[in-house]
Amino acid sequence: MGEIVLSQVKKSFGGISIIQGIDLTIEDGEFVVFVGPSGCGKSTLLRLIAGLEDTSSGTIAIDGRDATRLPPARRGLAMVFQSYALYPHMTVGKNIAFPLRMAGMPKEEQERKVEAAAKVLNLTPYLDRRPSQLSGGQRQRVAIGRAIVREPSAFLFDEPLSNLDAALRVSMRQEISELHQSLKTTMVYVTHDQVEAMTMADKIVVLNAGRIEQVGSPLELYKTPANLFVAGFIGSPKMNFIEGAEAAKHAAHTLGVRPEHVDIAADGPWKGVVGISEHLGSDTFLKVQVEGIGPLTVRAGGEVRLRHGDPVSLAPQTGKLHRFDAAGKTIAA
Amino acid sequence: MATQASRTASRLMLSPAVVLLFLWMIVPLGMTVYFSFLRFNLLMPGTEEFTGFENYLYFFTDPAFWPALVNTLTLVLGVLVITVLGGVGLAVLLDQPMWGQGIVRILVIAPFLVMPSVSALVWKNMLMNPVNGLFAAAARGLGLEPFDFFAEAPLASIITIVAWQWLPFATLILLTALQSLDREQMEAAEMDGAGPFWRFLHLTVPHLMRAITVVVLIQTIFLLSVFAEILVTTNGGPGTASTTLTFLVYMQSMLQFDVGLGSAGGIVAVILANIVAIFLMRMIGKNLET
Amino acid sequence: MAREVSTGRKAVVTAIAWGIGLLIFFPILWTVLTSFKTEGEAINPHPSFLFFDWTLENYHTVNERSDYLGHFWNSVVIALGSTLLGLLIAIPAAWSMAFVPGKRTKDLLMWMLSTKMMPAVGVLVPIYLLARDTGLLDSKTGLVIVLTLVNLPIIVWMLYTYFKEIPGEILEAARMDGASLGAEILYVLTPMAVPGIASTLLLNVILAWNESFWTLNLTAANSAPLTAFIASYSSPEGLFYAKLSAASTMAIAPILILGWFSQKQLVRGLTFGAVK
Repeated sequence: MGEIVLSQVKKSFGGISIIQGIDLTIEDGEFVVFVGPSGCGKSTLLRLIAGLEDTSSGTIAIDGRDATRLPPARRGLAMVFQSYALYPHMTVGKNIAFPLRMAGMPKEEQERKVEAAAKVLNLTPYLDRRPSQLSGGQRQRVAIGRAIVREPSAFLFDEPLSNLDAALRVSMRQEISELHQSLKTTMVYVTHDQVEAMTMADKIVVLNAGRIEQVGSPLELYKTPANLFVAGFIGSPKMNFIEGAEAAKHAAHTLGVRPEHVDIAADGPWKGVVGISEHLGSDTFLKVQVEGIGPLTVRAGGEVRLRHGDPVSLAPQTGKLHRFDAAGKTIAA
Repeated sequence: MATQASRTASRLMLSPAVVLLFLWMIVPLGMTVYFSFLRFNLLMPGTEEFTGFENYLYFFTDPAFWPALVNTLTLVLGVLVITVLGGVGLAVLLDQPMWGQGIVRILVIAPFLVMPSVSALVWKNMLMNPVNGLFAAAARGLGLEPFDFFAEAPLASIITIVAWQWLPFATLILLTALQSLDREQMEAAEMDGAGPFWRFLHLTVPHLMRAITVVVLIQTIFLLSVFAEILVTTNGGPGTASTTLTFLVYMQSMLQFDVGLGSAGGIVAVILANIVAIFLMRMIGKNLET
Repeated sequence: MAREVSTGRKAVVTAIAWGIGLLIFFPILWTVLTSFKTEGEAINPHPSFLFFDWTLENYHTVNERSDYLGHFWNSVVIALGSTLLGLLIAIPAAWSMAFVPGKRTKDLLMWMLSTKMMPAVGVLVPIYLLARDTGLLDSKTGLVIVLTLVNLPIIVWMLYTYFKEIPGEILEAARMDGASLGAEILYVLTPMAVPGIASTLLLNVILAWNESFWTLNLTAANSAPLTAFIASYSSPEGLFYAKLSAASTMAIAPILILGWFSQKQLVRGLTFGAVK
């Protein structure tokens, strides 16, 4: 059980409106990612769900029960913080047992649960250590362990991987996904990294300036972004935006085309000159200065051997162009 | 950044401290204000009567008042100047590489830990006494006339004792601040061709300003109420040469039992302290931000 | 990286620093040495530094003449009592200000500090009369109450700066884990803040131990702590230097040793955390 329903949730701090009226339903068992640039209100929204902040107006229902005024401890949720927020003066075992101890669970039962959680998370050898003696990834797992022993109705993650290095981030990402597969518990995950969002989510909520820009599955957002903001935020490298005469040809104010949807073709309509090229091995990203359009990023194959200053012709793939009106809204095809 | 519930809890937890301090401030102060308008002598109970500003008039026209005010300011400023300058010098010295730094630091800290009445007694009798003191012995050894410190220069002697007690405090704080100085910044300046003196003046001193502010603030709080050092050494004398406001009020209320007059003096002292405090708070407010 | 410094320079710095250090320490050293001299030797016009007949007689005499242990005990009770009581009031207050700061938190802290600026002498008479009328004059309870209030602003301020350094997320985690406010403070905040609380305790014990205005003015025979004990030695002249030294040594030794052992916490405490 873990259905969370937000209705017209608003939050302002000292007259400044941070969350501007959010309606959202998170289904039981779903992995939902809140993504957006820093300052978009995604962490605040998570803290409102957690009960660490009061809503200014609107209601939050968890499993059909109004939880808007409940203190965090009584919402049945568990949270993993960005800094892990482990208790530095307690051993790993005591850290994981803390919520059980607070719930007044008998000692033996606490131990059993801690051991079970430690086994799942490969923490058994570290139960007697202090958090300061662990690596970043291990600390992360302790924080997760502390969350899972409570058997919450939903997990809340606040940018949990941002303090880890790149390689570890990838493996922890997979661990969390696997955990979700095995527990089937609702997870709400906040990140500013669209790659994390794309790889982990069942449903992505794109937030900007305290509003929801779009809600949908990763592929929906990639294929049919609702507006310029989502189009620019989802996908890496970023979508190219073209304005002016070329856009007008397609009856749009702005024309969007992803780097992977531009081909190098001798008879292509767009003529340009190669600027910087980044060779990643599998792919090559080219910055091309196109006449009458401006700079475009183009994804080409790994073997492409174009150099700075080489002339090149480009052709956008038909049917993969995105058109936006003057207000930034997508124009339906 | 919190919920209504935690804000309510916070107010509850804050209130004992705030209420107690408020009472501690307002009740005695109110009584002092009240007493200051009474003719009130503990030796003549039952003769209290309202006299308006008479006590203040007496206090301001007391021949000891102006000297006491000047002495108070001289004491505070004198000690501040000595300890800040001495403290910067000592801190820079102790920050250099040397053998036995820990022990030197222990030696320097010690005076701060000595209770004021003990340090006053030690300096008065064993060091500054014109007959049996060590300084007198040293003077005689050099063929000089021993100097009677407390008779000839009572205030300067007290300033010396108090400065000795507070020098460790200034040194320690400034030393701690020095150790957090950005070495790379120093080296960058050196690469840019800045000499040691320029670096001290333009990098070290600005870095120490915050610490100096803390030293001045905390020391002023304690220096305005220096008491035991005077009581033990000069008793405010000779004449009024080393009487401070604190000591003057003490004499009037506890030795002459004139509560009315003493209270008026106390209020004057409070007003003076507030003037100083306003200046300090302005300064601190600026320097302690961030 | 500390740079290599020439041995010659290091030797010169060492010599100067030790010289100044010993000079500053000298009055204390001299007092301790004198306490082991005979009274005659103590006022010898050609004082001897180390080569005199060492004696413990002064310590015996002081203990016979006055009740050192009694005063010592008073000092301990007053210093520790006022500090612990202060901590009890200040920990919740500092928690509030550090973790649920409002618009007025800064002002409140400044106001608390300003009560410390009020000269004690301004309220001496009322406090004296209040103590007399409530029977708290010359009692340890009375002094504990007064010194608690005197040092409360410093305790609050110090704890506040320590608590500020504890990440709020950890307390929020405790809240998510189902801890009540009491449990949060007892099981999470306090254990994490132990170093800070210890240095607050230490500094305030020292301040209370050495506090000389209220202890001298509010006590007579019964509850007089060491500050008053030593003040009773202020009148005798010349012939009693050695005994004065012995009494002084006994009055300052406990706090001197405590202070030396806890230098680090002391420095941190002294600056209210404003200098790191």
